[in-house]
Amino acid sequence: MNPRPATLPVTTIRPGARAMSFTIEELWQSRELLYFLVWRDIKVRYKQTVLGVAWSVLQPFLTMVVFTIFFGRLAKMPSDGVPYPLFSLAALLPWTYFAAAASNGSASLVGNQHLIAKVYFPRVLVPLASVLMPAVDLAVSFGMLLLLMAWYHVVPTAAIVMLPLYVALGVLTAFAVTLWTSALSVRYRDARYVLPFVIQIWLFISPVAYPASMVPDRWRWLYALNPMASVVEGFRSALLGTPGPGGMTVMAVVVVAAALAAGGFYFRSVEGSIVDLA
Amino acid sequence: MADVAIKIRGLGKRYTIGAREEQYDTLRDRIAAAAARPFRRMAPGGLGASTTIWALKDLSHDVRRGEVVGVIGGNGAGKSTLLKILSRITTPTEGEVEIHGRVGSLLEVGTGFHPDLTGRENIFLNGAILGMRKAEIERKFDEIVRFAEIAEFIDTPVRHYSSGMYVRLGFAVAAQMEPEILIVDEVLAVGDVHFQRKCLGKLDDVARSGRTVLFVSHNMAAIQRLCTSALLLQHGTLVRAGDVRSTVAAYLGGEARGGFVAAARTGDAQVLSADLEDVAGRPLENPVCSDPIVCRMRFTLPHRMPGTRVGIGVLSCDGVPIFTTNNVDAGLECPSGPGDYEALVTIPPNTLLAGDFHLALCLWNTVTVLDLQEPALSFSVDAGRSPLYADMATRKGYVHVDCAWSVTSRVETPAGAMS
Repeated sequence: MNPRPATLPVTTIRPGARAMSFTIEELWQSRELLYFLVWRDIKVRYKQTVLGVAWSVLQPFLTMVVFTIFFGRLAKMPSDGVPYPLFSLAALLPWTYFAAAASNGSASLVGNQHLIAKVYFPRVLVPLASVLMPAVDLAVSFGMLLLLMAWYHVVPTAAIVMLPLYVALGVLTAFAVTLWTSALSVRYRDARYVLPFVIQIWLFISPVAYPASMVPDRWRWLYALNPMASVVEGFRSALLGTPGPGGMTVMAVVVVAAALAAGGFYFRSVEGSIVDLA
Repeated sequence: MADVAIKIRGLGKRYTIGAREEQYDTLRDRIAAAAARPFRRMAPGGLGASTTIWALKDLSHDVRRGEVVGVIGGNGAGKSTLLKILSRITTPTEGEVEIHGRVGSLLEVGTGFHPDLTGRENIFLNGAILGMRKAEIERKFDEIVRFAEIAEFIDTPVRHYSSGMYVRLGFAVAAQMEPEILIVDEVLAVGDVHFQRKCLGKLDDVARSGRTVLFVSHNMAAIQRLCTSALLLQHGTLVRAGDVRSTVAAYLGGEARGGFVAAARTGDAQVLSADLEDVAGRPLENPVCSDPIVCRMRFTLPHRMPGTRVGIGVLSCDGVPIFTTNNVDAGLECPSGPGDYEALVTIPPNTLLAGDFHLALCLWNTVTVLDLQEPALSFSVDAGRSPLYADMATRKGYVHVDCAWSVTSRVETPAGAMS
């Protein structure tokens, strides 16, 4: 019961933005809390919704049907030589994940305010957990994609080893966005109205309904600034053997790394005042 | 000093009043404010400058290892702000704190409980939020369930729990924390008497186990029972630190005066003022035992509030409630419509013994406390020429109760006892 003074950790509390900032060590120590926050969101979600698991499959599936009818059949959109339903579904999975993670994560700090006001833990766990949670949906809907691939007799090529890489890039992109939007929406409550609009636009500047190969070569560098273009194109190519994002991925990694660094910096600068602004 | 657990130096926290307008809640406001900026300086009385208040100012103190410190002070004294800074929930504006050891803070019971999750699930979630390891929670699971007395409802979603069960479960989880330093805010204000006693017992154990505890409470009896020292905060500054008894006495004596006047009208149901008078309506300066003591209390109701009750409580010099009385006791209906009202309560003569007393004033209904001023005012009663003191210099206790007595000469001895 009486701990030896020599072994006690010393915490120093000082004013300023960095006072409460998280360290990698602290994040590692909080990994179980991260797990429980994700676990809570999943449990609650499946308890509150009648359809539960079905939601994660239904949303990309129905979008695929609509895309197939309008873009595939009516607009005769090229699909890099694979059947259009497969082409669009393989892109809709990472996209649906990203859209859910970004909107989930943006609302996360505001939604967990009661927690933040009453107990200390590294605040960054909140957006991180809400970005990880939709990955469960991604895993579930991935099963549907495999079924559709079997239906069309499409066998993944060796490129499938790249799949985890693009998933990771997608998660990091969503996390980078969330670091910004979650902190911003604590201060500016109308940020939440802006985000759905941004995500809608974002869908069209990402190669979900169309192949990235449609973008003229001289604009490819600009197109590559959108990391989701590489994530979507990479996810699809890893499974279906369509042309991959190639050099675009390098640009995406640079952009995401920069956004993460800047987002982390911004988050740290405001996390100390989250409680006071609430 | 090697055995310092918490070293606080020059700690201050400033809040901006009117933060709602000043912090730009929406992007739209921010843009609008930027556009309006050139005109701001012309605004009467404003300059657009927001007022700031120091919720805590220049606080320095050392808490030694194993000390159980009671933090006391009136509303807005800075107690909660201090706990929030020490718990790392908010950052200070200035100063520095050095904490030796892991901190567990219990600012609320059942933090993070999710109504849709079962008791079992919430134990794990809440435990993790309080910083416990999963293995640790598994090990203590049975004890938590036993302490909370909810075994048969462990797999029921907590939304179906009664408020008592909810609080018991929350405290049971928190009671398993084993930090070197425990920070506890007014958690004993909830729950029934049986449970409060249980919580106090648990806190007693914690205090005795050599851990350092910071404990905020309005319950002076609990503070005096648990704590080994006390800090008295007033308007954000530390006005006294030392032994519990004298600090509590200083708080009760220093906060309250002979009369009470509310600082400002809040717009809610509120006690406005209170004075002590004699039966003729003259201010009562030095009451003696044989005087009836009349408390004239003014209060306001902003709108129709049926079922409002008005009452006073008499506290001993160290803050222990002696008795309370309210309009319902007297079979009186409290007015319910909006308006200012006055209540007169007469404490009968030869009731309070000689000594120092405090008076608490309260407006409430069966659902919630509308306004509680504790202690609102203080007074001393002298023995005077009361018959109670006619042939004794002192009497023990706080009140005199008129009991029926009979003493007779016919003493019946039990048969055979004295033959």
